[in-house]
Amino acid sequence: MRRIISVLLENEPGALSRVVGLFSQRNYNIETLTVAPTEDETLSRLTVTTTGSDKVIEQITKQLNKLIEVVKLVDLTEGAHIERELMLVKLKATGSQRAEIKRTVDIFRGQIVDVTSSVYTVQLAGNSEKLDGFIQAVGTSGVLEVVRSGVSGIARGEKVLSL
Amino acid sequence: MELLSGADMLIRSLQDEGIEYIYGYPGGAALHIYDALFRQDKVKHILVRHEQAAVHMADGYARATGLPGTVLVTSGPGATNTITGIATAFMDSIPMVVLCGQVASTLIGEDAFQETDMIGVSRPVVKHNLSVRHPEDIPEIIRKAYYIAATGRPGPVVVDIPKDMTTPNERYEYVFPKKVKLRSYNPAIRGHAGQIKKAVDMLMAARRPIIYAGGGVILGKASDQLTELVKMLGYPITNTIMGIGCYPASDKQHLGWLGMHGTYESNMAMHHSDLILCVGARFDDRVTNATEKFCPGARIVHIDIDPASISKTIDADVPIVGPVDAVLKEMITLVKESKEKPDAEAIAAWWKQIEEWRAFHGMRYETSPDVIKPQEVVEALWRLTKGEAFVTSDVGQHQMFAAQYYKFDRPNRWINSGGLGTMGFGLPAAMGVKLTHPDDEVLCITGEGSIQMNIQELSTCKQYNLPVKIINLNNQALGMVKQWQDMNYESRHAESYMGSLPDFIKLAEAYGHKGVRIEKKEDLEPMLKEALAMKDDLVFVDIYVDRFEHVYPMQVARGSMKDMWLSKTERV
Ligand SMILES: Cc1ncc(C[n+]2csc(CCOP(=O)(O)OP(=O)(O)O)c2C)c(N)n1
Ligand SMILES: [Mg+2]
Repeated sequence: MRRIISVLLENEPGALSRVVGLFSQRNYNIETLTVAPTEDETLSRLTVTTTGSDKVIEQITKQLNKLIEVVKLVDLTEGAHIERELMLVKLKATGSQRAEIKRTVDIFRGQIVDVTSSVYTVQLAGNSEKLDGFIQAVGTSGVLEVVRSGVSGIARGEKVLSL
Repeated sequence: MELLSGADMLIRSLQDEGIEYIYGYPGGAALHIYDALFRQDKVKHILVRHEQAAVHMADGYARATGLPGTVLVTSGPGATNTITGIATAFMDSIPMVVLCGQVASTLIGEDAFQETDMIGVSRPVVKHNLSVRHPEDIPEIIRKAYYIAATGRPGPVVVDIPKDMTTPNERYEYVFPKKVKLRSYNPAIRGHAGQIKKAVDMLMAARRPIIYAGGGVILGKASDQLTELVKMLGYPITNTIMGIGCYPASDKQHLGWLGMHGTYESNMAMHHSDLILCVGARFDDRVTNATEKFCPGARIVHIDIDPASISKTIDADVPIVGPVDAVLKEMITLVKESKEKPDAEAIAAWWKQIEEWRAFHGMRYETSPDVIKPQEVVEALWRLTKGEAFVTSDVGQHQMFAAQYYKFDRPNRWINSGGLGTMGFGLPAAMGVKLTHPDDEVLCITGEGSIQMNIQELSTCKQYNLPVKIINLNNQALGMVKQWQDMNYESRHAESYMGSLPDFIKLAEAYGHKGVRIEKKEDLEPMLKEALAMKDDLVFVDIYVDRFEHVYPMQVARGSMKDMWLSKTERV
């Protein structure tokens, strides 16, 4: 099953490489990985999406917790949560395509953030399926370049991941 | 206010940490530190002949004393030479701190002379690693390194020290922190009371219980508590090869060790048990055999300081995360207070069954009228040293024979590389033990293959007068490899034969030691006695043993715990 694990990590050099190293060393999957500092500059927030059996996920969380620089973590998929991913995509846009793309972007609540005579650059946020759906809708033949941020997530309601 | 250079701060921190010995080898990036060492006499440095040996020495010291070992090496090749030793310590959870020189911080990333990314290279085989970025941080980093190495589930910690962090004429205020606090590292200090209660209830209700103890009992200094609990319950106990000595081997309740080359009765009792109380062990593949066939009728209580060791390979019914000594102590109290008592009839029937298994096989081997059997060498050593020696071993058949036939009644006396299986471990580990236990007998039981992996340390033994006894079970082959080839490759002995052995006696003598060769069976005991009587000499005892012997019992690959070869022809 797909899981979203959210980690508070000491914002120190080398900490990220330990997390990434752990995944390859123990043969765990990484589907997406995002990391950035938080409002507390001593901490980074890292979100990793991974797949595995319950047993593997339990090992992943335990092994992550063992890393000295991991301060706290939560498996967001265990409760209600919000997940978002940002995508920037460059699309071939000439002639009648331009209107068609514009319509599709509107349907997906995206924005065209840059324009040339032959190219639209579209910005889209949402969960990963929505981003996949957009690519499918415009058709891969018109896609020139895709940049995805990887998943960020946060629990719904009162629950917070903090010190 | 005291002002010290980074190098002086480092050595001062070691002093304040109470470090008596460090094992190491100098080089460019570590020279400021070596100079600081030279100008004091509290911390003693032991100069090895290869950095790998320094790590094994620190490791042997740590295993014998329960205290963290310390290593000091230079950058680049000095640092990379420590990796096998660090990985060895990591796999067996041995506390140690490895201090590595590094090129100056201004040169890092430029492929400078003797630059290696030691933080990156060591990362998968350390509990943690730290690099020094400001000289004034050194005392805190050293304090942290030992704290992390020695607490929780212990392990090796590497500290990377760029040369410009130790520059002699740049001085900083020296403050040795009294305490370390790490918000992200809080090892458990006691087990969950509810879980412990549940475990005790299960122990009382069990009809075919067995205690399965591991190296965690020794690392957690919990042998006394374990022995008390097991005695009180009257249940059978087995332990892993890492747990040897955690419970007295001569006691009747002890079934010997378990797993691939464990005793018949241990493996049978595990397989047929209805309750396994695992204490500080980790169900590794050399114990469980095929996990899907593992002990089908057993419920499992698992006590470990490391939550990640629990339900990793075998699911626990009752996990208990905590230090084994504290958890066992609570269990003892609960057992004493318990209104429920074990079902005496069921336990008696269980023991009757176990005694039948014991009688059916037990530990045995066939003797020969003229060839020396490796097992009888170990038995003779056990008799001659009254079971009191520290015994280190290398890796191979001799290791298994040593573990099977030397009966340890005390913890910290059997010292081997169980997790990584590092040939070359035995001699330096023995040196680390001898240095701090000069009045104890220290034996290194080895093979002619393994001993050559760190043979250069005979020179270190001369320099520091370390009269260990090297017992070379010379079967003129990489015996364990050959055994597997006999069993799985129709005896095609690919590269498992060593056709050009040195004259070990002359070799020992060349290094300034004594050598004894034993070839005849009738010479075995008297000549061993003579060798052991040379208290002040390192004696290399080269014993020609049966070249065709195999280690048994041996679990059948991919079988259950109870599927074993008991000899070349008997399979159960
Ligand atoms: C460094 C290292 N290389 C290779 C091995 C694989 N290996 C395991 S046992 C063994 C043979 C050891 O030979 P020897 O020391 O003579 O012991 P014996 O089995 O003959 O008693 C080998 C090569 C190992 N364990 N360690
Ligand atoms: Mg051999």
